[in-house]
Amino acid sequence: MEITILLNGKKRTAEVRADTVLFDLLRDLGCASVKCGCETSACGLCTVLLDDKPVLSCSVLAVRADGRKVDTLEGLQDEASAFVGFIADQGAEQCGFCNPGFVMNTIALLRENPDPTDDEIRQYLAGNLCRCSGYEGQTRGIRAFLNAKKEGRL
Amino acid sequence: MNRELKSVGKGVRKKDAMQLLLGKPAYVQDVTPADCLVVRVLRSPHAHAVIESISCDIARKVPGVTAIYTWEDVPQKRFTMAGQTYPEPSPYDRLILDRRVRFAGDAVAIVAAETEEAAEKALRLIKVTYDVQPAVLDFHNALDNPVLVHPEDSWKALCDVGADNRRNLCAQGTESDGDVDAVMADCDICFTRTFHTRAVHQAMMETFRTYTEIDHYGRLHVVSSTQIVFHARRILAHALDIPKSKIHVEKPRIGGGFGAKQTLVAEIYPAFVTWKTGRAARMIYSRKECQTAGSPRHEMEVTVKIGADKSGKIRALDVHTLSNTGAYGEHGPTTVGLSGHKSIPLYTGSLEAFRFGYDVVYTNVQSAGAYRGYGATQGIYAVESVVNELAGMLDMDPVQIRLQNMVREGQIMPAYYNEPASACALDRCMLRCAEAFGWAEKYPVRRTPDGKIRSAGVAMAMQGSGISGVDVGSAAVKLNDDGFYVLRIGAADMGTGCDTILAQMTAECMDCSVDDVIVFGADSDASPYDSGSYASSTTYVTGRAVEKACLELKEKICTVAAEMLDCPAAELVFDGREVRRADNTASVSLEDIATKSMCGNTVALEAVSSHSSPTSPPPFMVGMAEIELDPETGTVEVLDYTAVVDCGTVVNPNLAKIQTEGGLVQGIGMTLTENIQYHENGHMTENSFLQYKIPTRLETGRLHVEFMPSYEESGPFGAKSIGEIVINTPAPAIVHALYRATGNWYRELPILPERLALDLAEKDGGR
Repeated sequence: MEITILLNGKKRTAEVRADTVLFDLLRDLGCASVKCGCETSACGLCTVLLDDKPVLSCSVLAVRADGRKVDTLEGLQDEASAFVGFIADQGAEQCGFCNPGFVMNTIALLRENPDPTDDEIRQYLAGNLCRCSGYEGQTRGIRAFLNAKKEGRL
Repeated sequence: MNRELKSVGKGVRKKDAMQLLLGKPAYVQDVTPADCLVVRVLRSPHAHAVIESISCDIARKVPGVTAIYTWEDVPQKRFTMAGQTYPEPSPYDRLILDRRVRFAGDAVAIVAAETEEAAEKALRLIKVTYDVQPAVLDFHNALDNPVLVHPEDSWKALCDVGADNRRNLCAQGTESDGDVDAVMADCDICFTRTFHTRAVHQAMMETFRTYTEIDHYGRLHVVSSTQIVFHARRILAHALDIPKSKIHVEKPRIGGGFGAKQTLVAEIYPAFVTWKTGRAARMIYSRKECQTAGSPRHEMEVTVKIGADKSGKIRALDVHTLSNTGAYGEHGPTTVGLSGHKSIPLYTGSLEAFRFGYDVVYTNVQSAGAYRGYGATQGIYAVESVVNELAGMLDMDPVQIRLQNMVREGQIMPAYYNEPASACALDRCMLRCAEAFGWAEKYPVRRTPDGKIRSAGVAMAMQGSGISGVDVGSAAVKLNDDGFYVLRIGAADMGTGCDTILAQMTAECMDCSVDDVIVFGADSDASPYDSGSYASSTTYVTGRAVEKACLELKEKICTVAAEMLDCPAAELVFDGREVRRADNTASVSLEDIATKSMCGNTVALEAVSSHSSPTSPPPFMVGMAEIELDPETGTVEVLDYTAVVDCGTVVNPNLAKIQTEGGLVQGIGMTLTENIQYHENGHMTENSFLQYKIPTRLETGRLHVEFMPSYEESGPFGAKSIGEIVINTPAPAIVHALYRATGNWYRELPILPERLALDLAEKDGGR
């Protein structure tokens, strides 16, 4: 069947099957940032924003996105660029494979709660697995960004 | 060092950091065409069976199916998938597809199709009749079991590792120093304990994946998520039975490896398809395949006998390891060695004698492989736990007993190939860790007001820096227009940041900025030979090659400058931006030299160097864990993990810190949550991230990492290694803390809440 989504601000029409998941559609549409790590909705790597809410694109049917707004990291480069440098300054990107999902969920967190505590950061991002960093560097990076913002250093 | 370092020792950003954080295409699936054949593997439902018949007729009729291959279609030359230097210690015991399947998940047929759906459908339509055989599922019963995992005559071991396929034996050996039995007999205290660790998974976020195509020269071009481009070329040539010159392997960015990608888990299937069909092909492992047909840690049972004096002097260690290599012998003969070689030497300070023996057995579970720590993790868990128990028996502080017995700088370590602890700050690590952690306050067991128990534990660890006399690291450094450099390496950055730290070393040597160094790697056609990134080798071995190449390049730059300045090269000084006469009477800029090198020049401004080290200087570390145990639920929270690491000179403090934190969390996972269980039919239970629980960011607690540098003369800028050692302390340190909290020694991992809760309930009088 044919569906139309507003992908990163552009209207995209695609032919999908009833069982096509959003993840596969997005990769087919060239969104290479969207990664798959588990197939069981357990890793958070495939996180995208559906009508501004973070979802796991591996467990959303493509047809459910019909007529809705989908944002991937390709479309949120400026918003991400504001803070990911602070994560790079920690070396916490490491292999990078979990980064897009984690960055997308961080964007969602910061939109919802612009001034989270470290524990709130950990809670919100709990579903984003990372095997390289041990997580603390990611938290330090976000904290450094928030501090810089508060201190007017951005 | 006689001058201040400008690049080495600085926490510069990883060169690829921003691209990765912004989700740019970088990995196999992102950088290879999607319109290629989809490759899938039909996997055995039985732990052990012989294929009686296999019919693909109906499956081949599925629209979109291009090819289906079975055991009858593949070369009959056995090989190993282990990425090791030739001749590999791992036995040649595999075929691409075999008539005998040796674990539930073993490859039965390869399907290549135009679409995922067609491949999926074809897999369901292949009809296989199996002659199901009894399986060896318990590694305790594997040796000399009447059921043989590898009865075939074509099985062979290239190296003398004590292997015998007629006994289900992948390797066997014993070594010793001094008269262990006599020293034990003379000891005041002597006891034996046995520890069991499971085949835990690396669980890197990017599963195994490979793209293959025939290039414009008719060669097989392989783009793979691998740590070992050169070994991959050789292994594929063996397996496909084609000349090595016909294969070109390169790696893009790698989504984590941890050793998993030191084995050719996925490469062979698309490579075979492409070689047979001429079509581009791609195989992407599902997480389930990654869990059930990957290359996890070797399950081990480590038995330690310790002999000591009442004063706490540890006089003898006798370690025996039984290791389960699974259905194939990848890394079987080598991982087991580290269980002794990297645990016993920690007590070189006082040991009078040691013995280390091992058996590595074949069973009908998935083949094990290489995982960060590589056997050391298992051995250190056992030896460090025994030392903690000894301290308890003697009513000694476990920190003190270690200070009394540990290896010290300059000592020769008989249990470590008689190599010296040439740079060792283990004693300082221990003292600093105790201070930073607050050992004196945290070691006593405490009850919180809500009834939880807080306690602490300690462990120390070592690893190596490359494989002595085996690993080769190489670097090629070239001067380009404007005076920037290209550094070509065969080492594989798998997220660890080796591209960056090797660029830092280049910048230090060439007296330029890290931004002036472009890094290229790894590519079997274009990179200088490197064994690959494993065995904690890259910083130490390849780093030294970078230093050597830079030295040579500087001489060449001076040679060209000498021509330009019309004076002997010996009179010239290179300072990074220009070459000048020592008396400052004339100079020429690096840019001008680079320009000159492209016009009428006969001296290539490029230098290639290889390095190999006769020794493997160990990094050392100490880890201390504070836990909180809820006796009602058995839940364990790691409140604080403090680690102090001696990796020699720290080349990039940020990256070394993250490596350490990541390794600690993997170690915590192995200890508390990551379980591997097999059903009676040989199927693994934990085949997804829903069952296989790697730590989330809620389970990490506070991590505190510090470095206590030593200076390793044979390493680049004094560096040793960091990659593997960091996973080794959590198991013994947390088990120690749990003993303090419960009075029980947990000698089998993982320690799940239900086990703790049941044990505590029992202790409480079966309430």
